Amino acid sequence: MPQTTNEYLLILPFLVLSAGIIVSLCVELFFRKGKELLPYLSIALFLIVAYLSVGQIYEKNVLFGGMLITGGIPAIFNLLFAAAGVLVMLNSIGFLKKYGFYHGEFYLLTQLSVLGMMLMAGSGDLVTVFLGLELMSIPFYVLVGMNRKKVSANEAAMKYFLLGAFATGFIVYGIALIYGIMGNTSLIDLTENFYIYSENIIFITGFILILIGFSFKIAAFPFHMWVPDVYQGAATNVTGLMSTMGKSAAFSVIFILLTAVFMNDAGSKLGNYFAVIATLSMLYGSIVALSQNNLKRMLAYSSISHAGYMAIGLAAGNKAALAGIMFYLAAYTFMNLGAFGIISIIEGEEDKQTDLNSYAGLAKRFPFLAGMMALIMFALAGIPPMAGFFGKYYVFISAIQSNMTWLALVGILSSVISVYFYLRVVVYMYFKEPGEEISVKSDYSAYAAVIFAGILILSLGLFPDTFLSVIEYIISV
Amino acid sequence: MLTEFGKILIFLLIAVIFVLIGFLTARIIRPKRPTHEKLLTYECGEEIQGSPWVKFNARFYVVALIFLIFDVEVVLLFPWALVYKEFGIAGFLTGFLFLVILGIGMIYEWRKGDLEWDRPVIQPPLVKKTEN
Repeated sequence: MPQTTNEYLLILPFLVLSAGIIVSLCVELFFRKGKELLPYLSIALFLIVAYLSVGQIYEKNVLFGGMLITGGIPAIFNLLFAAAGVLVMLNSIGFLKKYGFYHGEFYLLTQLSVLGMMLMAGSGDLVTVFLGLELMSIPFYVLVGMNRKKVSANEAAMKYFLLGAFATGFIVYGIALIYGIMGNTSLIDLTENFYIYSENIIFITGFILILIGFSFKIAAFPFHMWVPDVYQGAATNVTGLMSTMGKSAAFSVIFILLTAVFMNDAGSKLGNYFAVIATLSMLYGSIVALSQNNLKRMLAYSSISHAGYMAIGLAAGNKAALAGIMFYLAAYTFMNLGAFGIISIIEGEEDKQTDLNSYAGLAKRFPFLAGMMALIMFALAGIPPMAGFFGKYYVFISAIQSNMTWLALVGILSSVISVYFYLRVVVYMYFKEPGEEISVKSDYSAYAAVIFAGILILSLGLFPDTFLSVIEYIISV
Repeated sequence: MLTEFGKILIFLLIAVIFVLIGFLTARIIRPKRPTHEKLLTYECGEEIQGSPWVKFNARFYVVALIFLIFDVEVVLLFPWALVYKEFGIAGFLTGFLFLVILGIGMIYEWRKGDLEWDRPVIQPPLVKKTEN
């Protein structure tokens, strides 16, 4: 079946990014100064992708015989990935030099992983899901272990690779079982006949296996063991990339898998699975984070608990939950990128200055950085009018709408616990006397990334309706 | 009544029994005179030189990976070569683009020195212990 040119026009964001990756590879190969040029090339690429995705938001299309879907929710995810990619790139320009392992391949691998995420968000077939997942994960494994002279980075990469490969195995086995029942791998067929298929025990087994695999990727509780070590061992900008965009991409696939559940406002048998995961992740993440002194490790546990809050929405399984989780993901992405941006500015060589004591008295030395960090910590704790509050609010509302009030209550309890460790950072920055002198190199592009993240957090928090109405419109069509 | 899988089961059973009979007959008939050389790993009568647990040069793996990539390329090109005429110029260009991208990968390996066995620059291992 020959494709029409129209289809190639609609996948222009993918084509532009793919062409950009090849151009970047050539730049890296043939120009001595390529490394200096690549971050700007990547930023330009991501901006083009963002521009093209914005144009596609209101027109949904199914392409290549149902393999790929553009427009609608995939377009919003593409926009999110592109915006987050720009922030990561701005953050990396100065950080990579400081980190002591400065190679142009970092930018290439980031672009590749973003392409994989876009494929995941737009997939209309289980094969495309798998292709996108691998295209995202393999660059992540390499990025985590990018500094091969550092023992902790090597350990992190090894752990992430082995557990990630294991999770992929779950997903493939699940796909095989689903294929055995459906006779095809089309997600469109799966969505249309979800309630018929879900009477079949083998189908549900396969479906849960896939969900377990993606629970690894979103770092939910029983599948979280890799998170703290990997987030701490990887370079700070890579941690920002993995913890935000990787999680969003995994959620985008879960959305596609559960489209039938969300659209019928009916919930499903799988609600219990997600309710258990949500409760355990929220409480475990919040409680263990209380005793962490390393900021990267603390944010890793906070990332587990945030996965729990979003899983509340998956348990609720209605349209409000879909909109709420999308909002939460956008808010979480910019909050975490801002937080990791500030950590990467303050971080010294050899992983120094990532513990809480380095932040003592920061407000006196770097009032701007301390102010931004305080803003982001308030947002992560979920204090209005920052974006984090509305994310949690919409997700809890959706849980109450589908008669899961107890789950919302557990969520509120966990948020209260988490306020302690977020605000402890603020207390250290503002009310403690400065300890030993820390050296911070000024890095304007990283400052710009932090400022952008702050603006986005505030604007999402002050005008939540603008973003939410777009999502609700797309869902209702 | 036998299902399709039932036939496979019988086939598997016959295969297992066939092999077992072979081993059993060999065990009964063959003469048994073990010597030290015969019991060594390769049992070809030679004295073993050193341990088999040696470290291989990591470059073997790089070569193996490059080989694997170009091997998979052939697997993908065979079906393409059979049908590309039906798709006209678009089908031809798709395959061509695939080869161009692979070619750029080849250039990358060449330029980074992965195709040369004796890499001139040897980096001393600089492993530093980090805290935690």
